[in-house]
Amino acid sequence: MGEPLLEVRHLKKYFPITAGLLNKTVGYVKAVDDISFTIYPGETFGLVGESGSGKSTVGRTILRLHEKTGGEVLFKGISIHDLPKPELRKLRPKMQYIFQDPYSSLNPRIRVGDAIGEALVDHGLAAKEEVRDRVLEVMEACGLSAYHYHRFPHEFSGGQRQRIGIARALALNPDFIIADEPVSALDVSIQAQIINLFRKLQQTRGLTYLFISHDLSVVEHLCTRIGVMYLGSMMEMAPRDELFLRPLHPYTKALLSAVPVPVPKLKRERIVLEGDIPSPANPPAGCKFHTRCPFAVAKCKEQKPEFRHAGNDHYVACHLA
Amino acid sequence: MNALLEVNHLSTHFHTGAGIIKAVDDISFRIREGETVCIVGESGCGKSITAMSIMRLIEGPYGKIAGGEIVFGGRDLLKISKEEMRRIRGNEISMIFQEPMSSLNPVITIGKQIMEPLMLHKKMSRKQAYARAVELIEMVGIPRAEQIANAYPHELSGGMLQRIMIAIAISCGPKLLIADEPTTALDVTIQAQVLEILRKSKEQSNMSIMLITHDLGVVAEMADYVIVMYAGKIVEKGEVVELFERPKHPYTRGLLKSKPVIGQRRDELYSIPGQVPNPLELTESCYFHDRCEHCMAVCETRQPKLTKLENGHQVACWLYEEEGRQHG
Repeated sequence: MGEPLLEVRHLKKYFPITAGLLNKTVGYVKAVDDISFTIYPGETFGLVGESGSGKSTVGRTILRLHEKTGGEVLFKGISIHDLPKPELRKLRPKMQYIFQDPYSSLNPRIRVGDAIGEALVDHGLAAKEEVRDRVLEVMEACGLSAYHYHRFPHEFSGGQRQRIGIARALALNPDFIIADEPVSALDVSIQAQIINLFRKLQQTRGLTYLFISHDLSVVEHLCTRIGVMYLGSMMEMAPRDELFLRPLHPYTKALLSAVPVPVPKLKRERIVLEGDIPSPANPPAGCKFHTRCPFAVAKCKEQKPEFRHAGNDHYVACHLA
Repeated sequence: MNALLEVNHLSTHFHTGAGIIKAVDDISFRIREGETVCIVGESGCGKSITAMSIMRLIEGPYGKIAGGEIVFGGRDLLKISKEEMRRIRGNEISMIFQEPMSSLNPVITIGKQIMEPLMLHKKMSRKQAYARAVELIEMVGIPRAEQIANAYPHELSGGMLQRIMIAIAISCGPKLLIADEPTTALDVTIQAQVLEILRKSKEQSNMSIMLITHDLGVVAEMADYVIVMYAGKIVEKGEVVELFERPKHPYTRGLLKSKPVIGQRRDELYSIPGQVPNPLELTESCYFHDRCEHCMAVCETRQPKLTKLENGHQVACWLYEEEGRQHG
């Protein structure tokens, strides 16, 4: 697989909880609590989990949109969190971020073409007279027409706005894109268009993705390796087929069995989890999942399971697996 | 089974500065006692407006039910007085919305909000209503019911709030429960819990459910009967197994093919080209014709009507014109 493109080592991100008149810190929300994984060039690494599992925080902390609390992130061997700001800025075009709701990340008063070209000009990556051509080229690659150039964001539907978000990230010719729930807000027929677009762009431009999603069926379709997060920790990580055919962690099994399948009258054994995801400010001791795990034993309440290798590039944090 | 609700030729229009939007355009269907009917479709297809019309929650002066009838228990809901409608709402027909947080009052305790319809419709005393509220909270699978009854909405998670919404909706023993995307905002594990509760409460009381969703997986799991809507029209309807095994309309087929399914590996997802038409620019054509791979000359000039095929399956598409005639 060669040299890794991105290495995340023991990454931690804690948000302080403040209270009182003097905003004294009274505790921490451990949004990301010691996570490690590696992404190789050309891969699509999927990060799945329920809301509050910390998957978006991982994405944002990798790009240093949040400052880390601990650990390190290496992009092509360069430690992102140790770079001085001007150096980091030079590196930014290579790593881009696509958000769930592109509408809230587009300035409503800036024409779409200008919004896509803005970063090109800012980073000095294209001469003024070149910008328009470069923008039109990525717009076409993303399935937008030339006449969209002078339109405003409100004139577009959800699917087209997501295309604009993708075009904007793509304009800088990045190597690595973090896509945070990019299709979650879209209708099924539009979702399929955008998923196909992601795949096509990867093939034509050799992109590497970190794909954050809660939708396991989308992740299975698009990703080559997948990590499953729960309350800030990685529970299981494996290549796609390993994870979907031989899930080891009870949480992964429960997640997989909870996804409704469009086949009527299909009787499936479903593991219905009790209760909600606990508060990350006060996570359970031992294995974080033991409060909802149908198989939990005494050991799970006391001892934190180690994230260990279980063969076939399959990693799991569970005493029982 | 008797029809509990019959919707005949319902049309709901919105008058905007740019013209009339036919959000719901001449649709008919019925829901039988104890049946779960799912309405599927993408954003803007009119599925929520159908639900709002049945509840008579369409707000004037811009929105207006332009025609048709909604027969529930022998009465046309569009003809009865506002007072009578209020007695039905929350009592015989109740509704759950997608966002539980915005449907609950943030400054009133959970318990009081469950007690309200019980005291109003069932004329219970405060004490009786409280006891029933605690019972209902337990029924939807929330532990520490007494404590929760005294909590405020912000203290609960989204999944718990949605279960409280269900508790309120079933409190008066409705004959029909309308659930508008009840699990869309929830995580899959919580969605599984909520669907389970809906199923259980239906079994206990022979209630009918009208479930609005865009998730075909949820449809397959819950529905007895499925209605597919597109641009304000019903394009296909039929029994759930029939519809999933033999989908007819190119739109339904496209929807089923474009959804990634766990365990099914495909290189490329099928995607329906283009997008939903602008509701202000609809013409006499089939509304789906510009996205349809089987588009014929007739599709561009005339709108197909729902035709009956075998097994009670109905579809509005010119491709099945011939087949429809055979089944008369």
